[in-house]
Amino acid sequence: MTNLLAEAPASVRPDVMIPEFLPITRARRDTRDVFTIELDVSARGGFSFAPGQFNMLYPFGMGESAISISGDPDCPDKLVHTIRAVGTVTKALQALRKGDIVGVRGPFGRPWPTSDACGKDLVIIAGGIGLAPLRPVIYHAVNHRDAFRKIAIIYGTRTPADLLFPKELEQWRGRLDLQVQVTVDAADRSWKGHTGVVTKHIGRTEFDPGNTIAMMCGPEIMMRFAARELERLGMPTESIWITMERNMRCGAALCGHCQFGPSFICKDGPVYRYDTVAHLLSVREV
Amino acid sequence: MVTELQTLARSLREHSLVKGLSDGHVDFLSGCTKNVRVAQGRFLFREGSSADELYLVRSGKIALEVHDGARGTIVLETIGADDALGWAALNPPYRWNIDAQAIEPTLLFAINGACLRQKLDADHSFGYVFTRRLMNEIHERLERLRLQALDVYRVRS
Repeated sequence: MTNLLAEAPASVRPDVMIPEFLPITRARRDTRDVFTIELDVSARGGFSFAPGQFNMLYPFGMGESAISISGDPDCPDKLVHTIRAVGTVTKALQALRKGDIVGVRGPFGRPWPTSDACGKDLVIIAGGIGLAPLRPVIYHAVNHRDAFRKIAIIYGTRTPADLLFPKELEQWRGRLDLQVQVTVDAADRSWKGHTGVVTKHIGRTEFDPGNTIAMMCGPEIMMRFAARELERLGMPTESIWITMERNMRCGAALCGHCQFGPSFICKDGPVYRYDTVAHLLSVREV
Repeated sequence: MVTELQTLARSLREHSLVKGLSDGHVDFLSGCTKNVRVAQGRFLFREGSSADELYLVRSGKIALEVHDGARGTIVLETIGADDALGWAALNPPYRWNIDAQAIEPTLLFAINGACLRQKLDADHSFGYVFTRRLMNEIHERLERLRLQALDVYRVRS
C-alpha cells in the first residue's frame, strides 16, 4: 500500500478509500479527555480543507474514526485534529506520540457556509467538543475580519476544567471586534466566569437577527434549545446551520452507516441548514 | 426640578422587566424601589434568611449558589445585567432557599417585597402586566435549568 501511494503524485488523492500515512509532529493534551494532534503534510504539499470538513483517521489496526479538522484553513501546511477520547479508535489515537503514523482519508463533507455569512453578522455557538469543528470558522472570520459585520462566539461546556482552547478564547475575548461569551454548566466558587447554559447568552449578544448567519456545533439537544432561542429572537431557520454527528465508516456515502433520514451525513453533511433537518431531530427512530 | 423618585423611575425603565410599562405603572413601582450596591465577594442574601426584596440587576454579576456538605459550594447559575432574581419575595414563606453572592461589584434595583405584593393586589391591571413579565422571566429560567439538568456535555459510554 505504501508503494502504491509513493507512485501517486503527492497532490492527488489516489482513492477516497485509501488512507495516506502522515506522521504526527505534535501531540498535546487539552483537557482530561480531549487532545490535539498535528500531522506533517509537507510531503504532500499541504492539506487544503474548508471549515467544517472532517477526515477519517486510522490508528493502525484499530479502525477509523471521523474527526473534524480543527486547524486554520488559511494555514494548509498544518493538519490539526482535536479529539475526545471516548472509544477504541480515539483512545488509540490518544496513545500516539510525535513521529507515530496515522492513516488519513479526506477531507470529507459539506463545509460551513462561510461565504454566505460575508457582509452579515456571524453568530457561532459551540458546546463542549463542538468548539473544535467551529474553530476553523473562527480562524477564517478573524483572518478575514472585514468580510463580516458583528461576530459573536458563544461557548458552553461542562465545567471550567473542560474548557477547550482557553488561551485562544482569551485572545479572542481581548479583541474589541469580537463578542465572546464563555459559560459552564457547573462550577464551584473558584470559577469567576459565567455559570449556566449557552442559550442565555444568545439573547445578550448584539446581532441583527434578520441579517445573521448562525453556526452551531454541540450536542443535538443543546442545538435544539439554541435554535429555538435564535428563532424566538426573530432569526429565520434558513439562517441557522448545525452539524450532525453519526457513526461514519466510509466517508463517501457508500456504506450507509451515517444515514440520517434521506441523506448521508458524510456526504450531504455534516453541516446542514437547520430548517432542512429540524423535523428529524426529535424523531426517535432517526 | 427632578426628584430622586423621578430619577429612579427613569433608570428603572431601562431594565427589561420594566421597559414598556406605562408611566403610571413605573411610578407605582418606583415607590417600592431603592438602589442597592453589593461589593465583590459580599452576599446579597443567604439561604434561610427572610426574602424581603425582588432584585433587578443593573450591572455586575451574582452567583446563585447552594452549599452541600459533601460537595462544597455549587454555583447553579450566574445572573447579570438585565436579569431579575428573588421570586421568593413574592411567595410564602418569603425565605431564600439559595445563596446569592456578588462575584463582581454589582448594582441592583431592590423592590420591597411587601410593598410590591400590596401593589400587585391593589391594582389588578398592574398586577396582571407585571406578573406576566415575571412569568416570562421564570419560564426562561426554567428552560435554562432544564437544559442544564440534562448535562448534555457529559460523555456517555
